[in-house]
Amino acid sequence: MRNKMPLAGLLAASLLFGMGSAQAETLRLLTWGGYAPDNVIAKFKEKYPDIDVEVTLSNNEEMIAKLRATGGAGFDLAQPSHDRIYAPQLEYNIYKPLDLSKIDTSVMEPKLLEGVRANTTIDGEVYAVPHQWGTSGLMADKSKAPDFKSWGDLCDPKYKGKTSMRLKRTILLGTAFAMGDDPFAAYADLGKYQGILDKVVDKLIACKDVIKAYWKGGDDLSAMMLSGEIVASETWDSTAYKLYGENPNIVFVPPSTGALAWIDTFVIPRKGEADDAAYKWINFVLQPEISKLMSESTGAIVAVKGGKDLLPDALKAAVNAAFTDADIDNLKFFANIPPGVEDMEGKALEKIQAATGG
Amino acid sequence: MVNQERRLLPGAGSVMKHRDARRLSLILLFMPLALWIVLLILLPHIGMGILSLREKIGPRQYEFGLANYIAFFQEPIYWHIMARTAVISLLVTVLALIVGFPVSYYIAKIAGPRTRGAMFMFCLIPLWVSDLIRAFGWILLLRETGVISGILQWTGLASAPVELLYNDAAVVVGLVYTVMLFMIVPLTSTLDGMDDAMIEAGYNLGGNGLTVLRRIIIPYAMPGIVSGSIIVFMLTAGSYLTPVLLGGKYSSWFTQTIYDQFITRYNWESGAAFGFLLLFFTSFVVWIGLKLSGQSLSSTVARS
Repeated sequence: MRNKMPLAGLLAASLLFGMGSAQAETLRLLTWGGYAPDNVIAKFKEKYPDIDVEVTLSNNEEMIAKLRATGGAGFDLAQPSHDRIYAPQLEYNIYKPLDLSKIDTSVMEPKLLEGVRANTTIDGEVYAVPHQWGTSGLMADKSKAPDFKSWGDLCDPKYKGKTSMRLKRTILLGTAFAMGDDPFAAYADLGKYQGILDKVVDKLIACKDVIKAYWKGGDDLSAMMLSGEIVASETWDSTAYKLYGENPNIVFVPPSTGALAWIDTFVIPRKGEADDAAYKWINFVLQPEISKLMSESTGAIVAVKGGKDLLPDALKAAVNAAFTDADIDNLKFFANIPPGVEDMEGKALEKIQAATGG
Repeated sequence: MVNQERRLLPGAGSVMKHRDARRLSLILLFMPLALWIVLLILLPHIGMGILSLREKIGPRQYEFGLANYIAFFQEPIYWHIMARTAVISLLVTVLALIVGFPVSYYIAKIAGPRTRGAMFMFCLIPLWVSDLIRAFGWILLLRETGVISGILQWTGLASAPVELLYNDAAVVVGLVYTVMLFMIVPLTSTLDGMDDAMIEAGYNLGGNGLTVLRRIIIPYAMPGIVSGSIIVFMLTAGSYLTPVLLGGKYSSWFTQTIYDQFITRYNWESGAAFGFLLLFFTSFVVWIGLKLSGQSLSSTVARS
């Protein structure tokens, strides 16, 4: 009998609930998987009992598509990467300038804070502050591919049928670096960048013969790597660290030309309705003890001073197995994507995807 | 006169009331369908149509024009992918028909009433889980370290792991499996209406099994075949998950191109245009199919 009235019951419940929480504020968070773990939300609710947290999981492209569809409404805080703020803001006006006086920027790692600020300032207004950072690079099974170290090795015929990559912009940039170009420097001159892209497209089309398949998400990548179907791949560092926990032969390999580093940030959507709650969340998750929980959940490093020491032990071991200090100095931070580049890169990816090889 | 009018009036009033009530209930009954069509089909398509006719000139600057459609025809990549999608979809439709026809025939003509229910059930069960789970099922079976490869090695038919995933054949198999039911249902309902006496008469007049199938059963089942094929073709050409998850480095599907326009390239305008092109193109293929088979929409899809 009870099962027969779920709809009416739900309706009534949501009405009651809606009235009951009319006083309470809701923080609608648009973020990545793992960036709002339950234990952090529980602690936040302990401190601010009158703020409800509602989490929507997404990725860079979909975050921007969602905000663009509504003109920046529907969410109160979002977390795109630092290179995805300038151009979307210019093109679609979906973010709100931040009030830095409400954020405790003194706890943040100055280099990252400065980097994000430089990348996301428009007309003197700052639109983002850093939250967590990590890298994209390679991973290899040391027992089967011991001297794997460059983006170009993914296309080495000796690994035919044993490598994988994701057909997104990271591999375009990595391949450009491996071919001796600096794509980020060429962003200022789109004609020159198109020239680099054309070379990269030719190289990656030739490469199709070598790779096994393009991976689409962390799950299929993990399955291919753990089963030994592939011996090396382009990867997110956090995926590689997770696999290191299951098979210590699988390590993250910073490419010889430098791993590509991203910083996920905090931005407030233009029609966000709970700015105060958003600022509270930002300051709350940057506390050292919360940062620790965060790193445990995401596998990324929180952009606070000494963030690396806040990593859980297992992760610290994986990071140390992957990075030397020289590798850290060699990091290449994703440069701001100027308007129009997404379209050029998208076109390049389409060409690679559609090529029939041979 | 006056008297008569007085006598008539109350009756006329109640007829009016009756008519109003009937009209109201008709409107109410029609409402869900009307709302569905207007809100969920008409309005979004109008929005997409307008979007597809906007040309982007610069940040936040747009102009009215056909550039997005022209771009499709100027870039061979796009119509190659469209043609690929259409050819594979047709192949899936044919395969679904070849596999589905005997099943439907068995259910409608040979099976007893109880087996019939059970068999329908077996066809339905795969639909209880989502597309995603079904695709993952195929991945587990087909991958290099998967079940089928393992069996082949165990029985000695293969000496090394066999990769069956990440190619067009895997996509075709996955799609046929997904759409099979939509072929079986209209076919069964058409064959069900066929009088067994017609088949017997065919045999009595000296036809063999093949002649009876070709001259009697297939012509009778034609509306079901066509309507099943239309549904299957449309579902296949518009599917996204199965081709993306099972397809390999050389497989591309047109819906994936549309997704890329919207999400990767931030180019909603061309994504909208591509959506319409896919709609026009598949409608065109269906129209050709109807002409060739001498059927019409009302005699096939609308009937079942």
